[in-house]
Amino acid sequence: MNHIISVLVENKAGVLAKISGLFSRRGYNIESLAVGPTDDERISRITLVVDADERSVEQIIKQLYKLINVIKIQKLEPSNIVERELVLIKVNADSKTRGEIVEIVNVFRANIVDVAKKTLIIEITGSSQKVKALQDLLRPFGILELVRTGKIACTRGSKY
Amino acid sequence: MSKITGAQMIIKCLKEEGVDVAFGYPGGKVIPLYDALFDSDIRHILVRHEQCAAHAADGYARATGKTGVCIATSGPGATNLVTGIANANMDSIPIVAITGQVERSQIGTDAFQEADITGIVTPVTKHTYLVKDIKELPVAIKQAFLIASTGRPGPVLIDIPVDIQTELIDENIKVDINLTGYKPTVKGHLKQIKDAAKKIARSKKPVIFSGGGVIISGASEILQEFARTARIPVITSLMGKGSFPETDPLSLGMAGMHGTKYANLAFTECDLIIAVGVRFDDRITGKLSEFAPGAEVIHIDIDPAEIGKNIKVLIPIVGDAKTILTDLKEEYDKCIEKKETQDREEWLARVKKLKEDFPLTYDRKSNKIKPAYVVEKIYELTGGDAIICTEVGQNQMWAAQFYKYTKPRTLISSGGLGTMGFGLPASIGAKVGRPDKTVIDIAGDGSIQMVSQEFATAVSNKINIKVMLLNNGYLGMVRQWQEFFWNKRYSNTCIKESVDFVKLIEAYGGVGLRVTKKEEVEDAIKKALSIDNVVLVDFHVDCEENVYPMVAPGASISNMLESV
Repeated sequence: MNHIISVLVENKAGVLAKISGLFSRRGYNIESLAVGPTDDERISRITLVVDADERSVEQIIKQLYKLINVIKIQKLEPSNIVERELVLIKVNADSKTRGEIVEIVNVFRANIVDVAKKTLIIEITGSSQKVKALQDLLRPFGILELVRTGKIACTRGSKY
Repeated sequence: MSKITGAQMIIKCLKEEGVDVAFGYPGGKVIPLYDALFDSDIRHILVRHEQCAAHAADGYARATGKTGVCIATSGPGATNLVTGIANANMDSIPIVAITGQVERSQIGTDAFQEADITGIVTPVTKHTYLVKDIKELPVAIKQAFLIASTGRPGPVLIDIPVDIQTELIDENIKVDINLTGYKPTVKGHLKQIKDAAKKIARSKKPVIFSGGGVIISGASEILQEFARTARIPVITSLMGKGSFPETDPLSLGMAGMHGTKYANLAFTECDLIIAVGVRFDDRITGKLSEFAPGAEVIHIDIDPAEIGKNIKVLIPIVGDAKTILTDLKEEYDKCIEKKETQDREEWLARVKKLKEDFPLTYDRKSNKIKPAYVVEKIYELTGGDAIICTEVGQNQMWAAQFYKYTKPRTLISSGGLGTMGFGLPASIGAKVGRPDKTVIDIAGDGSIQMVSQEFATAVSNKINIKVMLLNNGYLGMVRQWQEFFWNKRYSNTCIKESVDFVKLIEAYGGVGLRVTKKEEVEDAIKKALSIDNVVLVDFHVDCEENVYPMVAPGASISNMLESV
């Protein structure tokens, strides 16, 4: 089962290595990982998606807390968060197929950010399901490249 | 504003942390530091291999309760520390390792003697620093000592580029050691403690399981008070030996693979385990699904990650063992006042019977020198008042089984990592920290050869440790496993007649005694203890003696192999 863990860390060299190293040496897999500074530049947020059972996630969180540079950890409940992922998809598109692709893109409220003779680059943000649905529809045209940021998430409401 | 060099700043900071001794080995990228050390009154013990600097710092820390310090140069000097650091990490021992690094401008270029030591040791340290700005240097050192010695202690490494050691810095720079992400819990949750006290009061067959955390926390006294007031038998782990006097009728000694049969049976029969500062390591539990089948568990530990890691816990209490046990005893005393406690005389009688039925034993009538006999004699002749260090393997288990530990910090042994070659350098560190004590390394002929160059360290610094070598000509523990589980195929475990240990210690300027007859054992130990020098006693013990009892790997601890 996938869990989203949001980790606030001190923004220092080597911190990401300490976190990713912890995952590999304790035998846990990271599905996706997104890192960037918060509003306070001394602090970064790492959003991790891990595939593990409940007990392992508990253990992961406890082990993460032991890292000195880790400030705060939240396990995000899927029912109460806004989650987003940004994906860039480079897809085959010639004069015959371009129109059809543009229609699909519009339905998904995605954006076309680059147009070339034989390709389009589509930018989509949203949940994993939404991205996957678009991906499935574009696949018949030939997806040349797909780049994703990894999931980021925020709890709903005034709680933080 | 007076300026000093980074190297002088290191010394200044070490002094501020109360460091009066460091173990180390110089090299190209720590020459400035060693130059500053030359002018300081910090005693530096020059080891002969960096691994032993880390082990000696570790032994020093275990014997004194203070943080041990070791120093090495960049590259190979630093990588040689790794085993010692990993060893300290597994046993939660506070050490600070300082390594030199190539110039900042050279980092990442595969420069001569460059190694990414912070990257290498991250998995086996509590924390690491690579100092890239001289202003961070005093902060890193202050934080390192705080982190190493508080919470669940552990090793911290500070990697310092050589050009930082020579750069100038304001001597009185203000140091802010604010650590936002580091706040170990000390005080236990009061409701949990109350629940625990009630649970204990209702238990008919409880045991206390005391580990290294009790010793680290200085909780030994309160643990004894609590056990005696509540009339609960005490089992220890290897790391917990000394936390409860093994001469006390309530003591069941050590449990586990080579623990006492009565401790293992008490675990199997008990209804409640009050675990303090232990991590339920596989060498203790044996087959997890069959460990203590009837027991509920109260787990007291300062590291929340240990709770529920290996076994299911009914009442977790996170915090410092001493603080929690003090509160727990207070709550339990209330239960006694209200007469809510169970009568446990039946259980105590049962435990007493187990102790009588299954004592630790060996063939006392044998004419050969039995290793257990040597250890018993060491116990007798030191009055149980020595600090015992061990190597790893059979020697370690005999030292654990046949010497009775009555005080904390009297057994210094590589518990978690099981590092052969730990005992000799650790005993050097222990003796430096506790010169008033007799310090003995109970060694094996395999382990000692991994670090025998350290005799030079001991002799030249007049660190008069006594090495009691249980020489059986084998890598004995592996040989024992080969005998039991691999059809006696002794692949690469026979090391008979490989070295004359008496000549070896003499070559280093120490004193060697050889003992080949049982009746010589006692005199040799007495003589060794009386000589004012480093002494090695080479006991030619029964070659194929095994450590009993034993739980086969992966088996239940209720099922022990015993000698016939």
